[in-house]
Amino acid sequence: MRLIENGKLVEDRFARVPDDEALPEGAPVLIGIERFLRDAEALKDWPAPVGVIWPNNRPIAEIAPYLPQIALIALNFPSFRDGRAYSQARLLRERLGWAGPLRAVGNVLQDQFLLMQRSGFDQIQPVKAADADAFDEAVHRYTVFYQPATDRRPSLLRQRLGRSVSGVAE
Amino acid sequence: MASPQQQKLKVNGPVAVTANRLTDGAVVWRTAQEDWSPDLADALIVTTADQAIALLASAQKRDTDAVGAYVAPVVIEADGAIAPGNLRERIRVAGPTFELPH
Amino acid sequence: MYVYDEFDRAFLAERVAEFRDQVARRLSGALSEDEFKPLRLMNGVYLQLHAYMLRVAIPYGTLSSDQLRRLAYVARTYDRGYGHFTTRQNIQFNWIKLEDLPDAMAALAEVGVHGIQTSGNCIRNVTTDQWAGATPQEFDDPRIWAEILRQYSTLHPEFTYLPRKFKIAITAAPKDRAATKVHDVGLRLHRNEAGELGFEVLVGGGLGRTPFVGKSVRAFLPARHLLSYIEAIMRVYNQYGRRDNIYKARIKILVHEIGAEAFAKAVEAEWEAIRDGALHLSDEIIADIRSRFLYPDFQPRADQPAALATALEDPAFAAWHRNSVHPHKVPGHAIVTVSLKAIGAPPGDATADQMEVVAALADDFGWREIRVGHEQNLCLPNVAQEDLPAIWRRLEAAGLATPNVNHISDIIACPGLDYCALANARAIPVAQEIAKRFADLERSRTIGRLHVNISGCINACGHHHVGHIGILGVEKNGQEFYQITLGGRADEHAQLGTLLGPAVSYEQVPGLIEDVVDTYIELRAGPDELFIDTVARLGVEPFKERVYAAH
Repeated sequence: MRLIENGKLVEDRFARVPDDEALPEGAPVLIGIERFLRDAEALKDWPAPVGVIWPNNRPIAEIAPYLPQIALIALNFPSFRDGRAYSQARLLRERLGWAGPLRAVGNVLQDQFLLMQRSGFDQIQPVKAADADAFDEAVHRYTVFYQPATDRRPSLLRQRLGRSVSGVAE
Repeated sequence: MASPQQQKLKVNGPVAVTANRLTDGAVVWRTAQEDWSPDLADALIVTTADQAIALLASAQKRDTDAVGAYVAPVVIEADGAIAPGNLRERIRVAGPTFELPH
Repeated sequence: MYVYDEFDRAFLAERVAEFRDQVARRLSGALSEDEFKPLRLMNGVYLQLHAYMLRVAIPYGTLSSDQLRRLAYVARTYDRGYGHFTTRQNIQFNWIKLEDLPDAMAALAEVGVHGIQTSGNCIRNVTTDQWAGATPQEFDDPRIWAEILRQYSTLHPEFTYLPRKFKIAITAAPKDRAATKVHDVGLRLHRNEAGELGFEVLVGGGLGRTPFVGKSVRAFLPARHLLSYIEAIMRVYNQYGRRDNIYKARIKILVHEIGAEAFAKAVEAEWEAIRDGALHLSDEIIADIRSRFLYPDFQPRADQPAALATALEDPAFAAWHRNSVHPHKVPGHAIVTVSLKAIGAPPGDATADQMEVVAALADDFGWREIRVGHEQNLCLPNVAQEDLPAIWRRLEAAGLATPNVNHISDIIACPGLDYCALANARAIPVAQEIAKRFADLERSRTIGRLHVNISGCINACGHHHVGHIGILGVEKNGQEFYQITLGGRADEHAQLGTLLGPAVSYEQVPGLIEDVVDTYIELRAGPDELFIDTVARLGVEPFKERVYAAH
């Protein structure tokens, strides 16, 4: 599956390892929450970067104690219609201070790329190759953003200040 | 008339498969030619659950012609003409039951 | 009127371009129907029984005459020459084609009108009092705050895929014309003892299959904290609202399951973390939004001018004046309700010609402004009293002066099974027949204020739970049946109606409603006791006994 990081197609360094498979030596791995929580103590000494897929039905605040040992956080969209991970992403960035890579995985489609980007995801793993190709277009469709979000684009409420109202009809 | 898509498929009488055309939403009926027609008279009528399931499956193969396919009851009138089998389908075929604003 | 600037216009154009691309991808098969459906819904596009339906927002119920004329144009060009005004300050076009929708949307966007977030599991069109800015009763113009929320909620990155739809209503008058107690969030704008502007915040109201009256989670929220507090509510809901069962996904179920107190606690905790952040509304920001609402340059006039007094000698004008004209904050002016409930016509429908008549009246007499209320009528909020006779004559000629506002024939009805893919039973023909039974003005006036609300299914778009008389269509063995409730109300004393008895058939409904009304006339304490007060005083039992004895 393709991976987009900060707008560019990149190679996925992390190997996704199911809970019942042994971790490959020396390679960055992306693992499930159960194994991660079970082996968290041991994984601190793992010789390669460890990423975790945090499920969208588990309070994101619970990740706080583990942040120093995590190299990548993946948040899941089981369906593109399930928007819980947007809140998790914003809380990670804005409340928990996570500055590392934050990846959107699951049913990730181009019509949601912009929302993901605005919520703090810097890595996006789309389901469809065509969607990956359309990334640039999809995140540049809009020049106007009404509300502040994680991306810190200026919101319209503030952008408008100090300007006279143009185009006012009599 | 609970949304037909959610009904369990029980067939006790003649049925057809209907949907809405993707481009304009018009009511269409699945034909014997594995195509869609806006005319109920062109509909393929089946009478058993197995046939209806097969007809529905063939109708759902592509979703770029018509969407929301489901099995709808019809009645065969004395002269052999096909008519919608319930109020919902009568309204889909004939339009609202009152005079439209004009 | 709020005036859109180049930012808003750019946004709308970008939105139309995005939708055009989504339609093209859908037609090519690049998007499946499952993938496309939420996208079209968030642009107001439904697939109904006969066709696609476009729902267009009328933010806080305010339209300019140019915008109304453009709606007429869309009705004529892309639809069948009429539109349906809904209970949530929207208009719906029933016969529009998917392939025409991008062009229709582009035509609307040119005048700042759109269908964005009129459906889908997002924050919907924020509604308010149709008399905002004109009524003498209010603490502030609620549209300022509705506009701030409109901007905040438009394409919100975090809250576009909520567990379920989310509806916010605001009232700034003690008399609640926005049904705030039956919304996901209801905001009551008022001033505290220090004279500071703020909101009482109600959460978890709603109708549908599990109706609730909203619970107050905060008695006074200073207005400058509106957005941060709403964001806290949305964030709690987005994370903890149920997603396992579509029927339990609204915020009212979450509030009910964990309790209003626990919910409020979670919101307050979240709010504490963000209240002084980027969403804080400075005086400057509020003043900027406020400055973009243009108000008429009213000239003081005498109340009850001579021209009006003379016209009132005409009984037909007087009958209309009596229930269609309401007090205005400026002397010599009035608010006019335009009835879209002509006897025997579909409630809330207006033809393109009628829209143009109302637009022309707004140009000639009403500072180019029109309002839409949740009762599915239009409103000219700012007219001079001396112009009322001329306005009436032109409304009358267009079939828009039925003197039945707030009467029993002023029925709220959803589209029902005649249009809607979700409906179980028809609503419009039921309303038409009831209206015909009470067409006699004398009879209808004797009855007085009485709201009949009809929904064609449990989703309750006709707000049947809060009708003085509520009628709910259900399906039994393939036949249409109707449950009747009495005593519901949507105002500041909001409550849900009580079931009268067993459901009756389609044919029996109008007669049963006549029996209910006859019983009321018989039992009321006097001509001044309204139907709703008689039901409150006596309960439904006496009605039940008489009505079901007759059937």
